Amino acid sequence: MTVAIAPDTTSMPDPQPTMRIGIPKEIAAGERRVAATPETAQKLQKLGFEVWVETDAGVAASFPDVAYKSVGCHVVHDVVELWSQSDIVLKVRAPLWHPGINQDETDLLRPGGKLVSFIWPAQNPELLEKLSQKGATAIAMDAVPRITRAQKLDALSSMANLAGYRAVIEAANQFGRGFTGQITAAGKIPPCKVLVIGAGVAGLAAIGTARGLGAIVRAFDTRPSVKEQVESLGAEFLELHFDEEDGEGAGGYAKVMSPAFIAAEMALFAQQASEVDVIITTALIPGKTAPRLITQEMVEAMRPGSVIVDMAAEQGGNCELTRPHEIYDHNGIKIVGLTDLASRMANQASQLYGTNLYHLLNELGGAANHHLDLEDDVVRQATVVLAGEVIWPAPPLEQPAPPPPPSQAPAPTVQAEKAPGVLQQLLWPVLIGAALLGIGAFAPESFISHFTVFVLAIFLGWKVIWDVTPALHTPLMSVTNAISGIIIIGGMLQISGPLTSTVTILGAIAVFVSTLNIAGGFFVTQRMLNMFHK
Amino acid sequence: MSNNLLTVAYIAASILFILSLGGLSNPETARRGNLYGIAGMVVALGATALSKQVSGYGVLLASMVPAIWMGGLIATRAAMTAMPQLVGLLNGFGGLAAVLVGYASFLNPDASLQGVDFTIHKVEVFVGVFIGSITFIGSLIACGKLQGVVSSKAILLPARHVLNIGMLAGIIGLGYYYMTVSESAALLPLGIMTAIASILGITLVIAIGGADMPVVISILNSYSGWGAAAAGFMLNNDLLIITGALVGSSGLILSYIMCKAMNRSFANVLLGGFGNTNYQGAAVEGEATPVSVEDTVELLEEANSVIIVPGYGMAVAQAQHAVAQITQLLRDRGTQVRFGIHPVAGRLPGHMNVLLAEANVPYDIVLEMEEINDDFPATDVVLVIGANDTVNPSALEDPNSPMAGMPVLEVWKAQNTVVLKRSLSAGYAGVANPLFYKQNTSMLFGDARANVTAILAKLSQGDTGVAPKAAALSAAK
Repeated sequence: MTVAIAPDTTSMPDPQPTMRIGIPKEIAAGERRVAATPETAQKLQKLGFEVWVETDAGVAASFPDVAYKSVGCHVVHDVVELWSQSDIVLKVRAPLWHPGINQDETDLLRPGGKLVSFIWPAQNPELLEKLSQKGATAIAMDAVPRITRAQKLDALSSMANLAGYRAVIEAANQFGRGFTGQITAAGKIPPCKVLVIGAGVAGLAAIGTARGLGAIVRAFDTRPSVKEQVESLGAEFLELHFDEEDGEGAGGYAKVMSPAFIAAEMALFAQQASEVDVIITTALIPGKTAPRLITQEMVEAMRPGSVIVDMAAEQGGNCELTRPHEIYDHNGIKIVGLTDLASRMANQASQLYGTNLYHLLNELGGAANHHLDLEDDVVRQATVVLAGEVIWPAPPLEQPAPPPPPSQAPAPTVQAEKAPGVLQQLLWPVLIGAALLGIGAFAPESFISHFTVFVLAIFLGWKVIWDVTPALHTPLMSVTNAISGIIIIGGMLQISGPLTSTVTILGAIAVFVSTLNIAGGFFVTQRMLNMFHK
Repeated sequence: MSNNLLTVAYIAASILFILSLGGLSNPETARRGNLYGIAGMVVALGATALSKQVSGYGVLLASMVPAIWMGGLIATRAAMTAMPQLVGLLNGFGGLAAVLVGYASFLNPDASLQGVDFTIHKVEVFVGVFIGSITFIGSLIACGKLQGVVSSKAILLPARHVLNIGMLAGIIGLGYYYMTVSESAALLPLGIMTAIASILGITLVIAIGGADMPVVISILNSYSGWGAAAAGFMLNNDLLIITGALVGSSGLILSYIMCKAMNRSFANVLLGGFGNTNYQGAAVEGEATPVSVEDTVELLEEANSVIIVPGYGMAVAQAQHAVAQITQLLRDRGTQVRFGIHPVAGRLPGHMNVLLAEANVPYDIVLEMEEINDDFPATDVVLVIGANDTVNPSALEDPNSPMAGMPVLEVWKAQNTVVLKRSLSAGYAGVANPLFYKQNTSMLFGDARANVTAILAKLSQGDTGVAPKAAALSAAK
């Protein structure tokens, strides 16, 4: 706390007025979020900003004006005053026509002012034009790049996460049955089957939520790399076994797939549609209309009472029958085309979005050192209009080297190893077989019987020895050493001749040294083994 | 005793031998395993002694009883650190016996052998004597190297490969001559072959360095098994064949395990490849951090988990007892202490286990490399005592190192590693050890035994120092 106060006290005598942030009330229909909560407003003040909030800006998100006042914000009734007096305006939605004062929000922005909000520059070229005419600077939260360093600014992800959760809740609300399976005295309730298409942030949140409610969840994504994440949440990852193509495009988003892939994909969805109860689609490709994945036929193949939540409704919808902004009933199948899923969780969504904004302003140097460093990748990507100049789109970021396609690189090496491997594998059996044939053809019968015993004993030894624990390898050596003294029998068979004959003498010496071997070996083994204790 | 009874007794002995080896799979059943082995031997010898072919009991007793007494004496007197030499020496005796049995069998062949059977018998004698001679002389040289009587360095004769191959070719030529001449004249080539095989035993083993002796000993052990099996063929004795095959495969497996633990082939070990290269590894940069006994003790006192990695240096310094006492002290304080053993640590497979067992370290805290390697990152302190190549990170980090690919104990992943060593010199493999220069590694220079004893003294002092304080505190309360 004391540390945070320090810049305030130093700026007090400064004649230059402090930087002011304005938080207007959102005017888009159904929008409940607000760009700052009392908590994030307080954090912004600690960065040295003065925060002005429009009357009732946070009411829809359950943040009354009093709450803002209590943390030191200035609550302003006049929207025109708020806009014109603010150095930086923080918003959720892109500027719109304000029905209350019959004026476009962009015009309210003071000349040279700064705007931070979702802007969707690709879809809104006129807006960029208007902003540039005002000489404004605009930062698009939707243009924040998806790199590790910028995660705390990534409002798309934080909103998608909540929207994914809400999508399941909306589906459960529309679905006339329970998600979890139960066995009760009154009979069995089968669990609900959910198919999630697209395992991005929203898709993964939906998978986790649906699993949490007890549903059986399947997920599909064109990027095989997300399989692990899907499975880690307890869902089944559906695969196409179409391994020529990886759907991983720039920045971790999906890309457009080949026609053959799409055909295979559609066949999979058609089959799944007849099996599952709920489909949640989250498929989006940056800068393009959403891909059509669920056709009318597929919808009609679903069981009555089933639900489709189309999270891509705003970008045209993944389902052919989706009507954006509404819940539509097609012959008993509910198609949820709501576009305000995150806004339906306004309180938390505002908190997360507000925190994203706080991190952004913190990155930009707080109030004291506020400036846009275009050398910084994150700032460059997110800034769409700079002091009246449209600088969108930013040059593409250098992508980290993508992981090598798994199916291509290893394949040749495997084959290269295989070829000599087969030869080597064949070499020994062939040699051994030939040796056995030779022995079988020429050796006498008595030899063969001994040979059988010999070979079987080697196999037995092989099996038994592998079981010996490495800690006992020394005792193993000394005991096998002792046992190898069994050659004493050879000596014993030779000592029964006359005492002076060479054979007897040789035999006797053999018996002597091998007894030494046996006795020494067994004794020392026993001595060692006696030392092993727990 | 009838032949059938003899055969049954041999079957019983074979089964007992197999049970004996099977018993060694677990320290708890190992002692019983050894007793099975003894029982098998008694059954086999008793049955043979009672068979019709043996009647010279006087000679038998006269040669066996003193040998049992002597064997027992050697076994009880030998120090545990000298175990590799002892095993090697005893193994040599087995080889000598095989040579003698071969000669006796040659001079006194079974009269019933005719035609092909007789030819096979002659071959078996030749092979048996050959293997026996190499085993005998090779074991003696290995034993001498381990004992320090023969230089433990790899002694490389000029053109030794040509020499060895020449001798081998000579032996094969002699074998051909031996097979074709009349029986009385065959003794000469057999004798010359024995002499050449003995020289071969010397030249083969002398070229292998001391640290590779475990592989040599276990290969020679395996030879003595094959020698016994050859004797079994020449004497028509299945028991010898079974036992020889068991021993032979056991030795081969042990050698294989050790070669794999060094990421080297049999050929590389036996032809003396390691240690002889001039490659010094990538130049190791940086400075080693020396540490005092006091600081080491402090580290140990603060640690929650300790792994001790012993090597041949601990055996040489006879430091295992002090190490065991340190282990005991730390364990009494609740510190987790374990041992990490590399498969080729020491001069005999399982050498470290035997030494630690001798020093009363419970075997369940003595773990193998594979069991413990994953635990290093979660370990506070690693004490490396007299190990070098088995903890050399260049085996994993430097693809050009002669050791590249050899699995090693990854001690450098622990929070702190203290290496007890005399100097920064390279180990047997001749590769500089970057471990010594890593940031979290400190070097405790000096004699391992002196340092370990000093650590022990400080630790136990600390104990007596802390205990009264604690007592006073509790009294004050």
